[in-house]
Amino acid sequence: MADTAVLADAPADHGDAHGEHHSSTGLSNNKLAMWLFLGSECLLFGGLISTYMLYRGRHSENLGPDQLWDIPFTSASSFVLLMSSLTMVLAVSSAHRRNLRNAKIWLAVTATLGSLFVAGQVYEFTTFYREGLGFTTSLFSSSFYTLTGFHGVHVTVGIIMLLSLVAMLSKQRVHGDKAETVEMVGLYWHFVDVVWILIFTLVYLIPA
Amino acid sequence: MSTETVDHTTEAGHAEHDEHADHGWSDGKYIQLAVILAVITGLEVYASYADWLGPAFIPSLIIMMVVKFVAVVMFFMHLKFDNKIFSWLFYAGLFLAVGVYVALLVTFQFFNR
Repeated sequence: MADTAVLADAPADHGDAHGEHHSSTGLSNNKLAMWLFLGSECLLFGGLISTYMLYRGRHSENLGPDQLWDIPFTSASSFVLLMSSLTMVLAVSSAHRRNLRNAKIWLAVTATLGSLFVAGQVYEFTTFYREGLGFTTSLFSSSFYTLTGFHGVHVTVGIIMLLSLVAMLSKQRVHGDKAETVEMVGLYWHFVDVVWILIFTLVYLIPA
Repeated sequence: MSTETVDHTTEAGHAEHDEHADHGWSDGKYIQLAVILAVITGLEVYASYADWLGPAFIPSLIIMMVVKFVAVVMFFMHLKFDNKIFSWLFYAGLFLAVGVYVALLVTFQFFNR
């Protein structure tokens, strides 16, 4: 019984040292919640990707993927997002080494690369719209805009999180384990990247 | 200046953070992985223009996509170095999603015939 009490207290002590909240497993509750959230996000994007795969052939003859896609441009956007994952992991790595100055720089670079990706998506949407592909033009266009739009919103939310984190770290508003906070934002950002890895191949590279 | 030291006042805290720092790879290895991922992306784009792949075109794209996905999840997201419970949480959602939507696509295909 005494052993049980010691075991139960150990994670709590550990957590208190950092202002964290650990579960009885000794794992961070924040991290558990984030992975659970990301697992549930798989269902959301799974649904959107499946819907697109079902309807991608439902379009008029001159407004389909073959006529609209600009693969070199989208490839460049994909490269930018992929590199943002590298800068994010470098931010997490710096935070774990308690080098918050470098962590903030890498977070800012990640936000910049993310903004570049979103700007590319806005340009792409504008181009498609000018060519006549509206949201309600066809089942293909609705499912395409919904899928890529949801992803774009996720990237935008990620950018807001990154910039907020930089500001909070600068003003010393992050309480508890700063490295874990940076890691949580990093997990979200990498998830957004892996979803784009799927979208880039399934939507843009595999012909309808 | 005090940002770096404000919540690391105990030896235990330092020890824990050193342990965290041991998680994962060095920055150099992360850069190497990013280069490999960029090369795979380049190969994907090249494959989408190449006609010589024939029937292997879509399987090769899928394989490259899965390799990139797994690499980011395992190494950039630290699942390989973290507790297995996190892997279970994520893969449970992922495989549930894949299972449900494969069933959905098969059902639609079935009723379309």
